[in-house]
Amino acid sequence: MSDRLSGNEAVAYAMKQINPDVMGAFPITPSTEIPEYFAEYVANGEVDTEYVTVESEHSSMSVCIAAQAAGARAISATSSCGLALMYELLYVAASCRLPITLACVNRALSGPININADHSDSMGARDSGWIQIYAENNQEAYDNFIMAMPIGETPSVRLPVMTCMDGFITSHAVENIELLPTDVVRQFVGEYNPEHYLLKKENPLAVGPYDVSPYYMEHKVQEAEAMKAAKARILEVATAFEKISGRSYGLFEEYRMEEAELAVVLIGSTAGTAKAAVDRLRDRGVKAGLIKIRVFRPFPGEELAQALSGTKAVAVMDKSEGFSANGGPLFAETRSALYDLQQRPHMINIVYGLGGRDVKVEDIENVFARLAHIAESGDIGAVYTHMGQRSREETA
Amino acid sequence: MIRAQDINENSPWQDLTPGGEIYEPGTARLFNTGSWRTNTPVFHEEACKHCMLCVPFCPDSAIPVKDGKRLDFDYMHCKGCGICEEVCPFPAITMLTGGAAK
Repeated sequence: MSDRLSGNEAVAYAMKQINPDVMGAFPITPSTEIPEYFAEYVANGEVDTEYVTVESEHSSMSVCIAAQAAGARAISATSSCGLALMYELLYVAASCRLPITLACVNRALSGPININADHSDSMGARDSGWIQIYAENNQEAYDNFIMAMPIGETPSVRLPVMTCMDGFITSHAVENIELLPTDVVRQFVGEYNPEHYLLKKENPLAVGPYDVSPYYMEHKVQEAEAMKAAKARILEVATAFEKISGRSYGLFEEYRMEEAELAVVLIGSTAGTAKAAVDRLRDRGVKAGLIKIRVFRPFPGEELAQALSGTKAVAVMDKSEGFSANGGPLFAETRSALYDLQQRPHMINIVYGLGGRDVKVEDIENVFARLAHIAESGDIGAVYTHMGQRSREETA
Repeated sequence: MIRAQDINENSPWQDLTPGGEIYEPGTARLFNTGSWRTNTPVFHEEACKHCMLCVPFCPDSAIPVKDGKRLDFDYMHCKGCGICEEVCPFPAITMLTGGAAK
């Protein structure tokens, strides 16, 4: 079924099709529309969801934790400072192994206050124990949300899932989209049947007890193992999803990586821009390729190293500034993943697009021009740079 | 299902419940919290009228009752707060300084 929807509408529609038990809702730009659309579905009686309006994101995630522990399927949506306010609870959800699903519409974190897209919000939560899946466009935002529950709720995984899309660029732009029939979505997602839950009266349960030192580390190892197990499950669910949708997903997308010598690695909507740049360069005979990271947690390190093993120069582009003074978070992960390769490509990091700073096809072409120079000369120059800012010096 | 009594400080991570979930009620009974008792109540049975005032006041359910009579303190769970001594109308409970039982 073809339609034209914004990213927010698409995710809200996926939520409606799933018909979850509980939504903890608090509005924040640019994700506000998701609980807004969903409130309409609730008011119209189109879903059976208990819609809990709360006074903050700290509370919306608390509602989700309590509901999921009780045995319900709980969802929420947020952005930026909203996600930051959930921070404490994100860890609680993950460590209690509650597979909550959260739509994160990526927006810059304050300060300075800014409402536009970058990944600083979800990158800040990257170590919280949540699975993170990023979308390039509205279709992927819709598809990822539908795949989230079958991934997170699997007993070997039991981790919460954050599906991310770029604020405004994806959340508000209307695009053509293929929607699945509701009965197909319901059948795919299935019922949530946890083995243990608070409302199971035959079997009283305590969730989230105090963990003394002789136990804490063991529980963290369990969580780490669950995150490792998630990788295979994500691919399994993607295979099943392809059967109902015809759309194929992996841990990352390789775009024209056949014999690519120069490659860009990035996350999210910029992939569309980068694909156009790659096409132009390939037309001119440049062996350029793109890797779009879809799954950031668990990080597909081995697979990524394999995919980049034949390249000569790689630019990792971070849409968030980690202030490590040593490069952004995607760069740190990618460079670390490639360390075990016998022959490693040269690698640079470019931080771009902060707070909604635009990135054009020409900008990506400039990045490839820099890579071409590095591949040819072996001279990397500055490893960690920013792109798109006004400067007295020339930047790329 | 993994029971609380089967878990201890030697259990490998594979044998613990996910996220430390506990699948049965009343498992605090198994856990020795008396080890951090600050002061120690002493029960003088001859002075006790078994009025039972101390029992509901104990925040740790550390005063067992059997057949309408209170028994000696459960030192595995008593923290030595001294509330029992405070509410006892008779000289049936006295407090010793320090956490050593008896």
